[in-house]
Amino acid sequence: MSAPPKDPAQAHVQLTGVTKRYGGVTALDNVDFSCELGSVHAVLGENGAGKSTLIKIMSGVVQPDEGEIRLDGRLASFSHPAAANAQGIVCIFQELSLLPDLSVADNISISDPPRRFGLIDAKAQRRRAEELLARIGCEDLNPMSRVRDLPLSRRQMVEIAKALAKNPNVLILDEATSALTAADVDTVFEILRRLRDDGISILTISHRMHEIEAIADKCSVFRNGKHIETFQQGARSEGEIVQMMIGREITAHFPPKPPPPDSAEPMLELKKYSWEDRLKSIDLTVGAGEIVGLGGLDGQGQKELLLGLFGVLKGTSGQVIVQGNEVDINSPQDAKKAGVDLALIPEDRKTEGLMLPMSIADNLTIASLKRLSRGIFVDADAMTAAIEDGIQRMQIKVGSSADAVSTLSGGNQQKVVIAKWLMTEPKIVLLNDPTRGIDVGTKQEIYRLLRSLAETGASIVYYSTDYEELIGCCDRVAVMYDGEIVRELQGDEINERNIIASALKMDEAAQ
Amino acid sequence: MNDLRVRLSQNAALLTAIVVFILFYVFYNMNHPRGFSVAVLIQNSNEVFTLAMVAMAQTVPVLMGGLDLSVGAIMTLVNTIASHLLNGSPMQIAFGMVVSLAAGAACGFVNGCIVVYGRIQPIIATLATGAIFLGLALFLRPSPGGNVDDDLSWAATNDLYEIAATYGFAQNGEAGWFQPISWIPVPLLLLVLVAVLVWLPFARSVTGRTVYAVGSGEGAAYMSGLSIDRAKIAAFTLGGFFAGIGGLYLTLQTSSGNADIPQAGAYTLNSIAAVVIGGTSLLGGVGTAIGSIFGALILRTISFNFRIFEIDPLMQPLFEGTVLLAAVSLGAFRVLRVKNTLELFR
Amino acid sequence: MTTSAPEPATSRLKISEDNKPIVMSAGFIVVILAVGTMYTLYTQGTATLLSPEYLLQQLQVGAFLGIVAAGMMLVILLGHIDLSIPWTIAAGAMMATTVGGPMAIPVGLGVGLLVGLVNGLGVAYLRIPSMIFTLGVNAVMRGLMVAHTGGFAPQTAATDLMQYLAVGKILGIPVALLVWAVVSMGVMLLLQRTAVGKSIYAIGNKEAAAYLAGVPTKWVIVSAFCLCGMLAGLSGTLLAGYSTKAYQGMGDAYLLPAIAAVVIGGTHILGGRGRYLGTLIGVILIVLLNSVLSIMQMPESGRQIIYGTVIIVMLLVYGRGRKVTS
Repeated sequence: MSAPPKDPAQAHVQLTGVTKRYGGVTALDNVDFSCELGSVHAVLGENGAGKSTLIKIMSGVVQPDEGEIRLDGRLASFSHPAAANAQGIVCIFQELSLLPDLSVADNISISDPPRRFGLIDAKAQRRRAEELLARIGCEDLNPMSRVRDLPLSRRQMVEIAKALAKNPNVLILDEATSALTAADVDTVFEILRRLRDDGISILTISHRMHEIEAIADKCSVFRNGKHIETFQQGARSEGEIVQMMIGREITAHFPPKPPPPDSAEPMLELKKYSWEDRLKSIDLTVGAGEIVGLGGLDGQGQKELLLGLFGVLKGTSGQVIVQGNEVDINSPQDAKKAGVDLALIPEDRKTEGLMLPMSIADNLTIASLKRLSRGIFVDADAMTAAIEDGIQRMQIKVGSSADAVSTLSGGNQQKVVIAKWLMTEPKIVLLNDPTRGIDVGTKQEIYRLLRSLAETGASIVYYSTDYEELIGCCDRVAVMYDGEIVRELQGDEINERNIIASALKMDEAAQ
Repeated sequence: MNDLRVRLSQNAALLTAIVVFILFYVFYNMNHPRGFSVAVLIQNSNEVFTLAMVAMAQTVPVLMGGLDLSVGAIMTLVNTIASHLLNGSPMQIAFGMVVSLAAGAACGFVNGCIVVYGRIQPIIATLATGAIFLGLALFLRPSPGGNVDDDLSWAATNDLYEIAATYGFAQNGEAGWFQPISWIPVPLLLLVLVAVLVWLPFARSVTGRTVYAVGSGEGAAYMSGLSIDRAKIAAFTLGGFFAGIGGLYLTLQTSSGNADIPQAGAYTLNSIAAVVIGGTSLLGGVGTAIGSIFGALILRTISFNFRIFEIDPLMQPLFEGTVLLAAVSLGAFRVLRVKNTLELFR
Repeated sequence: MTTSAPEPATSRLKISEDNKPIVMSAGFIVVILAVGTMYTLYTQGTATLLSPEYLLQQLQVGAFLGIVAAGMMLVILLGHIDLSIPWTIAAGAMMATTVGGPMAIPVGLGVGLLVGLVNGLGVAYLRIPSMIFTLGVNAVMRGLMVAHTGGFAPQTAATDLMQYLAVGKILGIPVALLVWAVVSMGVMLLLQRTAVGKSIYAIGNKEAAAYLAGVPTKWVIVSAFCLCGMLAGLSGTLLAGYSTKAYQGMGDAYLLPAIAAVVIGGTHILGGRGRYLGTLIGVILIVLLNSVLSIMQMPESGRQIIYGTVIIVMLLVYGRGRKVTS
C-alpha cells in the first residue's frame, strides 16, 4: 500500500466484500474485485452470474448493500452515475445512450458543452470532438454528422469518444462489441489497446471467447454472484474457463423427461428461415409432444426467431411448415388461426403480455374473444366458465377475477399470460424467457405445465436465459450464435458444459 | 467541402422549403401586374408576419415531441390586450408592448407548468388553456375594436422610409446613407431580427439543446443528466412569446383587437402545417424555427397565387387542409420500413 | 375451488378508481343545481332549474352533445382523439339537408362514417398521430363544405323526419332524448358485451399486448373512428332538424365540450380506462353547467374560461392517483 498511487501494478479500483441483493435474489455475494490502470480486464460468466451488477455498482447506477469501494486506496461511494464520472469511472452501457437527432459533436459534449457568453460554443465543441475522435483513430468521422445517419459501428465509436470526453481513468464496456461486425471489432480493439497504453484501466464484459483472447490482459470469472477466479489471460485453457463458469447448484426440480419418441411427426418445420441480419438461414424441426429449447447467449436471435414465427416481423424469408402445410404468418392474428394454432408467451409480461390496469378476467379472455362470442355479443356464461377454467388450470391465486391484474404477484401475472393462451388451445407454444423474475414455486409449476402440455401432443419452443431450465426441461436444445443455430444438443448431450461451450462458439476440441 | 455536404444533407428539408418558396414567390410576382415591386413586397410581408410568428411558436413544443393547440389562442389574447394598450404617450405605448409580449410568454409558461407539474398531456392541456385564453380574449374584446396609435401602426406595416418619416430621423428618411435600406419592409426586418436575436441564441443555449435532446429521446436525455423539466417549461414559454409577437403585430396591422375564435383555430392549424412543411419532425428532435418561417411563407404564397388567379378564396380552407394532410402523410411512410411491428407501438 | 387469497378487499371500503370520477362529477352536478337554484330563488324567486319540464328541455339540447361524446369516448378509450368533430357535424347536417327526402338521414350518417373511415385509416395504417391527422381532416371537411355551400348558410331545409327526431315528443319525452338513450344503450353494449368493445379497452391500455394477443388492432381502430364519425354525423343531422337548417360552424361548439364530458366522466385521456356511465354524467354536468351559466347570463368569455378550467382542474384531481403507476 506504500506504492505511489499511479503505479500501474497497483489496484486502482478495489471492491471488498461487496454484496447486492434484489428482493430475495443475491446478485453479488461478498465479492472482492480489483482492476489496475493500464490493463484490459475481461469479466466472464453466464447469464445472471453478476457481471452486470458488478459494473452497475462500479459506475454508480446501483449502490451495494454491503462492502466498500476504494479508489487509489481511498474509500469512495457513488450515489449517481455522475458521481462515478467525476471520479473518473465511465461506463458505456449495452444500450446506446446517444441522441440520434443531434450531431456527433453535440453528443460528445452533451453533459457539459463548452460555453461562451452563456451559449454553446460550437467551434470549441467541434474542436473537442475532433480531438477525441482523432484520439480513437476516427479522424474521418465528421463531427457535424447526425448520429442517426451513422452505421452502428461508428455510433459505438462516438460512444467511446463521448466517454473519453469525461476523462476517465476507468472505462467500462458492457458488451460494447455485441452489435459490431468482425472488422469493426478489430478497430475498437485497436482503440482500446491505445487507451490502455495511455494508462487507462479498461473493464470489458464480453461473451465472445476469441475476442477476450484478442484483447484481455486479465480475466475474471463470475458464477452465481461470486467471483470465482482472476487469472492472466492465457493462463487457463478454454476448457478450464468453462469448468469455472459451470457448476451452479441445481435449485429447481424438473418433471421427469419421457424417453425420446422413435418418430414424432413434425409439428413445426423451419427451412432457411431468415430475417434481416438477425436470423440466418435457420433450419429447425419441432416434433409433436416435444419441448425444444433455444439456448445461447442473450441476443443471438432467439427472440427474433419467436417473434418472426408469430408474425410480428416483416420481411422474413424461408419456409415455415406447420402441421404439414406451408403457412404464411403475417400477424399474431394469422398465428392463432385454426390450422396454425400458435401461441406466444412474450418476453415482457408488463408491456407485451398484459394490460396491467385491466381485470384478470379481461386479460384472460382477450385472445379468445372470438371463440367466446355468439354473434356479435360475448357469451357471458361461456366467458365465466372459461375464466373459471383458466384460473383453475393454472392455479392462479386471485381474490376476484374482476381485480386488476396489476394486483397479482409476478408469478401469478405470468400464469395469467399463459392461461390466456391455453384458452386458445394452441398446438405450438412459443415461450420467450417466461420465468424471468418469478419465484421458484411458480417456476416449477410452469415446468410441470409445459411437460403436461407436451404430453397432450403440443409442441413447445422454449427460449430461456437460464441454462438450468434448458437442461431440466427440454428434450432438445438448439444453441444459437449470431443469428444461426450452431449446435443441436439431444439427450445426454444437454449439459451445462456443452451449452456454454456452444454458446461461446468454442471449438469442439476445446471442450 | 465535406462539411458543406453534411450540412446540405442535414438541412435538405429546410432547403427544399426555401427553394419551393422562391419558386412560388417568383411565379407569383411574374403573374402580378405590379410584380417585383416594393409595394407588393410590403403588402406580402405584412400578410406573412403573424403566421410566421405563430409557426415559430408551434415549432418549439413540436421539437420536444409535443404539440401546442393554444398558439392561436395566445396570439388572439395578446391581440386583444395590445388593442387596449397601444396608445398614449411613447412611454405608455412601449409599456403596452412589453406587457403584451410578457402576457404571451406568461401564457406559454402556464402551459409549460401544467404539462410538467400537472403531468397532463400537452395536447389536452393546451386545448383547455386555449379555451381559457380565448375566454379572456373575449372578455377583453367582446366585439372587435380598439384604439391603436396610428403612427406606430403605419410605421410598423410599411418600409423603413416611413418609420424615418413618421418619427423624424435620418432627415425624415431622406438622408443619403439611408437610401439603400429605406425600401426594406418593417415586418421583414422584424422577422429577421426575431429569428437572429431570439431563435438562434435559444437554439445554441443549453436549454435549447435540451429541447432537441428531449424530442430525440427523452430517456437518453435523462441519462445524460439534462434538466428536462426546465427545458419543457422554457419551450412552452418561448412558444408563448413568439405567439405574443404575432398577436402584437396583428394588432398593429389591423389597428384593432378581435377575439375571433375561428381565426385562432385557423392560425393554430396553419402553424402545424407550416411546421411540417418547414421540415420539422412531428416526432421531435429534428427541425428549426427557420424552417417553419419558410413553411409559413409557402402557405401564404399559395394564397397569394389564389388571389392572382382569382381562384375562389372559398377553396382556401380545403387547400390548407389538403396540404397539411399531404405533408404529414408523406412523413408517415417510414411506417412501411419498420420491420418489427412491435416497434410501431413504442 | 380457487384458492382465493384471504387478503381483505380494500376496494370495498373506498370508491374504486374507475368510479371516483363518476361520484365526483355527480356531486358536482348537485353543486351546480344548488348554486343555480339559489341564484334563481334570489333573483326570480323560482326554482326553475328543478322543474321537470326545464330539465327535460335541457337534456333534449344536451342530447346532441351526448351523441357526439359517445363517439368521442370510443376514440379516446383507444388513446386517440378526434378533432374533426366540428366539421363532421356540419358536413353531416349540410349533406343531409342538401339531399333531403327519405335519404337525408342515411346520407348524414354516411358522411360521418366516411370521415371516420378516413381518420381511422390515417391513424391505424399510416400511424399519424390522431390529433394531427383529424385536425387536417377537419380542415379538409371545412374546405369541402365551404366550397359546397359557397360559404353561406345553405338554403336547403331539414326534412320533417329530421325535425321530428330533434324536437318531437313521445308521451312528453323529447324524441332527441330517446335517440340519445338508444345510442347510449348501443355504446354501453358495445363496450361491455362485444369483442370489439373489449378490444378497444385492450388497445387503449397496451396496444402491443393487444396486438400480440391476436386482436385485430387496425380493424378495431378503424371501426371506432367510423362509429365516432357516424355519431357526429347523426348529431349534425339532428342539429339541423333542431334549427330546421344547417349552417356554417354549427359543430364548432361541440368539440371542446365533448372532450370535456368524456374526460370529466373519468375516461383516461391516454386511453384504456373509463366507463360510459361517466361520459353520460359528464355530458349532463356540462349541459347543466351551461344552463346555469346562461341563466346567470354569463357571456361566452366566461364560459370558455370555465370550460377550460373545469377540464384542467378535473384532470389534475383525477391525475393524483395515477402518479403511482406511471
